[in-house]
Amino acid sequence: MSTPAIEIEGLSKEYPYGFLSLKKKTSLENLTMQVENGEIFGFLGPNGAGKSTTIKLLMRLIFPTSGTARILGKSIDDISMHQNIGYLPEQPYFYDYLTATELLDYFARFHNLTAADRRERVQRLLKKVGLDTAKKIQLRKYSKGMLQRVGLAQAILHEPEVVVLDEPMSGLDPLGRREVRDIILELKKQGRTVLFSTHILSDAEMLCDRVGVIVGGKLRGVGTPGELVGIQSQGMEIAFELADPAKRVPLLEKATKTGEAYRVQLPEADVYAALDELKAAGARIISVVQIKASLEDFFMNLVDADRAQANAVEVSGK
Amino acid sequence: MRNVWVVATNTFREAVRDRVLYNLVFFALLMMGAAILVGQISIGIEQSVIVSLGLSAISVIGIFIAVFIGVGLVSKEMDKRTLYALLAKPIERWQFLTGKFAGLAMTLTVNTAAMTAGLYLALWSVKHTLTSSDRYLIVAVYLILLKLVLIVALAMLFSCFTSPFLAILFTLGIYVAGLFAGELRRVQAVNLTPAAMSMFRAMSYVLPNFENFNVMATVAHGRAVPGSLVGQGTLYAILYGAIVLLGASLIFSRRNLK
Repeated sequence: MSTPAIEIEGLSKEYPYGFLSLKKKTSLENLTMQVENGEIFGFLGPNGAGKSTTIKLLMRLIFPTSGTARILGKSIDDISMHQNIGYLPEQPYFYDYLTATELLDYFARFHNLTAADRRERVQRLLKKVGLDTAKKIQLRKYSKGMLQRVGLAQAILHEPEVVVLDEPMSGLDPLGRREVRDIILELKKQGRTVLFSTHILSDAEMLCDRVGVIVGGKLRGVGTPGELVGIQSQGMEIAFELADPAKRVPLLEKATKTGEAYRVQLPEADVYAALDELKAAGARIISVVQIKASLEDFFMNLVDADRAQANAVEVSGK
Repeated sequence: MRNVWVVATNTFREAVRDRVLYNLVFFALLMMGAAILVGQISIGIEQSVIVSLGLSAISVIGIFIAVFIGVGLVSKEMDKRTLYALLAKPIERWQFLTGKFAGLAMTLTVNTAAMTAGLYLALWSVKHTLTSSDRYLIVAVYLILLKLVLIVALAMLFSCFTSPFLAILFTLGIYVAGLFAGELRRVQAVNLTPAAMSMFRAMSYVLPNFENFNVMATVAHGRAVPGSLVGQGTLYAILYGAIVLLGASLIFSRRNLK
């Protein structure tokens, strides 16, 4: 069995705060997970959940209170590991006195590339991220979306085996998001591993082989999007129209009306009784569909549970 | 060393593009004004007035750059988060720090060299000639440059663990205290206890002794600077600077970025 691309074992991060820094806030608690070689792994969570903290720990921008992590089998303290990883920070900001070409060349110089190789790669990457025409403009004149594109280019310029992207879609217009999605899929095709954090769940559902959901600094679930949403109870939705809207149908109390159509959501066991009732009322059935729980539902349930727990702790503390 | 060089050259490029070298215009204007004024009011002391004024300006402008830009070298990168993408590259934090230091040292060298050329020009315009004793100016400027480089190291050290404002205060405070390091060693007061005397002596050794780099009066009067003094100043700056940078690297290597 091959070594996972990223292995995280019991990683925790506490920040001291308050007078004399005696109090401690836990940003990440005992995180253990793996990202397999060649997969696209989505790291999901609301703002402040611990996604960026985890990524910063992996990139040694901050240091763990406890726990360890390895990337491509090497400890994150091993500097040589960084030859083979690419990283896009959240809301990236770069030296604004440089042009995109100069910035990429600057970063490429840390990767033992020849001048000719650097030149070729920089031009190719700028084209790929759609900045070919703006390559000679200083970054101080770039929009947020353009900076995001430069950031993506510098992360993959040296063709790393593992690419870590912190909110890569942030600040991008729909076209930009589509381009980033294509680049991520292309990286997967090339056999590279991609770990990216996001709170845009549709992106995760569309791209990821597996996702990890983190809320309140704790990992709440890891699996394929299908596995995770499979945990949720499912129901049915019936859409129908009534020939005589004045007719009294008890089901209408639970229904919502859109245009001429009514929609009602029911447990699967109640569907036949509801259909009988509608038939008796002379309703026209438009559709009966299974409600497929989305990643968003799973995610929202976790966030709600976490908030409820936090409130309970606060109340008992009082 | 390659990583250090890459960061250093980029730091130099940043200084040039951020118009740090524009201070040379101010220096040029100051020297031109001084040359005109001295030509009119000084009789026989043009040399010492121009040299004193020029060296003082080189020193003050240099200190200003060393402190304010030195503090910003690391803190600005942390505040703006430009450091994030960089530290994810195969570069050690000490290499980044040393590169930033070397980059500003390069900037100060170019800046000081240009100002020295301006000073020679001012001297020539006043005296209409240059004498052999004028070569001692180079020695004085060299010692000022060593002082500036040491100040950069101190500014970087403080900026590694405190806010930019406090780092500026600490650096300027240490600089002023360092000007009196020699005095502190020689202090003799009847009402001081032996413990206090020992403390002053210890402080005088810990503080950077900036007196080592001041030969302005000697050079202004056209006298040669002893080679031993230059050697001692060079060795002192290298050792003290290396210790300060080592301390900065140790602190920065475990610093959590925001």
